[in-house]
Amino acid sequence: MDDLYREVIIEHYKNPGYRGHLDPHDIQFEDNNPLCGDHIEITLRTDESGKVTDARFDGHGCAISQASADLLVESIIGKPLEEVKQLNKEYILDMLGIDLGPVRLKCALLSLKVLKAGVYGLGEASEDLVE
Amino acid sequence: MPINVNEIRKDFPIFQRETRPGIPLVYLDSTATSQKPLAVIEAMNNFYRCSNANIHRGVHTLAEESTALYEQARVKIAKFINSHSAHQIIYTRNTTESINLVAYSWARANLKAGDLVILTEMEHHSNLVPWHILELERGIRLEFIPVTEDGLLDLDAYRSLLSQSPKLVSFTHMSNVLGTINPAAEIIRLAHEAGALTLVDAAQSVPHLKMDVQALDADFLAFSAHKMCGPTGIGILYGRLELLESMPPFLGGGDMIKEVKLRSFRANTLPHKFEAGTPAIAEAVGLGAAVDYLSSLGMDAISAHEQEITEYALERLEEIPGLKVFGPSADKKGGVASFTFDGVHPHDVAQILDRDGIAIRAGHHCAQPLHERFGIPATSRASFYLYSTKDEVDLLVNGIYKVKELFG
Repeated sequence: MDDLYREVIIEHYKNPGYRGHLDPHDIQFEDNNPLCGDHIEITLRTDESGKVTDARFDGHGCAISQASADLLVESIIGKPLEEVKQLNKEYILDMLGIDLGPVRLKCALLSLKVLKAGVYGLGEASEDLVE
Repeated sequence: MPINVNEIRKDFPIFQRETRPGIPLVYLDSTATSQKPLAVIEAMNNFYRCSNANIHRGVHTLAEESTALYEQARVKIAKFINSHSAHQIIYTRNTTESINLVAYSWARANLKAGDLVILTEMEHHSNLVPWHILELERGIRLEFIPVTEDGLLDLDAYRSLLSQSPKLVSFTHMSNVLGTINPAAEIIRLAHEAGALTLVDAAQSVPHLKMDVQALDADFLAFSAHKMCGPTGIGILYGRLELLESMPPFLGGGDMIKEVKLRSFRANTLPHKFEAGTPAIAEAVGLGAAVDYLSSLGMDAISAHEQEITEYALERLEEIPGLKVFGPSADKKGGVASFTFDGVHPHDVAQILDRDGIAIRAGHHCAQPLHERFGIPATSRASFYLYSTKDEVDLLVNGIYKVKELFG
């Protein structure tokens, strides 16, 4: 528990490197965590080979949701979309380096849910995307 | 006589526990649900150990005892809120079900397309969604009394809405976010002058203020046991006798009938008409014990204690740079302090306070439109009850300074 607010999380929350909105973009998706009102938007640019060339996130929420979005967006630049589709819960938790209870897990996984719904071109983000 | 908070805390077994080794519980979440005194826990325990049987119609000793306990609790509750009779006290599951009962039974029998229901911007979702459903189903109209910047209802706007001849004004007596105590008697009087009925969401007021439904002249009033030292799973709908008598049943089944044929039924008399199926019997007994407990201390003394704690809490919280408390000044509100803290999300505030055993709530507290009204996604909420102390307020304030340190 005392590790929850690790320096890396506070740092990415306070000084995110990838906060913003890409215009134009190839992929855009946004969603809320209705429990706490966290909001994340992700915009991506891709090249012809289907590789992510740039990405940004925008929104508001708790340190966990915003830091995980910043880490996630940073980590997918240069990755093929096919690989992005395979990212899962463990990927996020490994990056955060913390254990989370069920309530805060939703905060941590919101950005991945948004990213995958966008990449898959879905109308709605679902929990199944991040299992 | 003022209450002795140190003695009161001994009545609540939960305060003996630590949240983790060496860290006592600082429970500042009573607006979500209150803790339970031993008297309530024992009353329910004794019921299951000694008297348990299904109620009504049984002729054996236990059935008679259970029925008597269940009905005695109803009489206690009637007296507690000064209802003219116990027949006007309907057991439900909670405030939400009480409001839904009015929306399904009274409103479906009495409202048609275009009829106006007035709500407020500070309602809990439980007093919004039942009316949204009726709006979709029936085409009723909804209007909302606006909330001013300092968290009060705009009564001038209310007066002008009343000129549109509403059929019902349904409003919260005390906001679960702002703590605002609304002028219920005046709201009801103005509604009646305009020919409208009234429904009071008293979930937050009955636990904290002396309630007199006759003085208020409320047509319907809803509250939950679990916020007033009683158990979860039981709530109350109070209604004016002639209204309840004229209303069709809500849920159908056993107990709510006088007679059933293969193709028809005759509804039971009040209050049983609205109590289909085996109810929460032990919970009714527990609620009765909660009413006895609160009455023995005196609601005026409980309110005075909460007022003192709230004043102190607002004073201490407002001295923290970057912290903003929502809602009116202490004299116009109950024991609730919802706040934002610059640069830190309420979830993070709540999580960090939890390390010190401090339980507060974070989120929109089932009042999303109210948060939108103030342009914020969420707040942190500390709330106080008869067992809250100034020491606990100090621990909360110290905890918030720790949050500040961590987020720098």
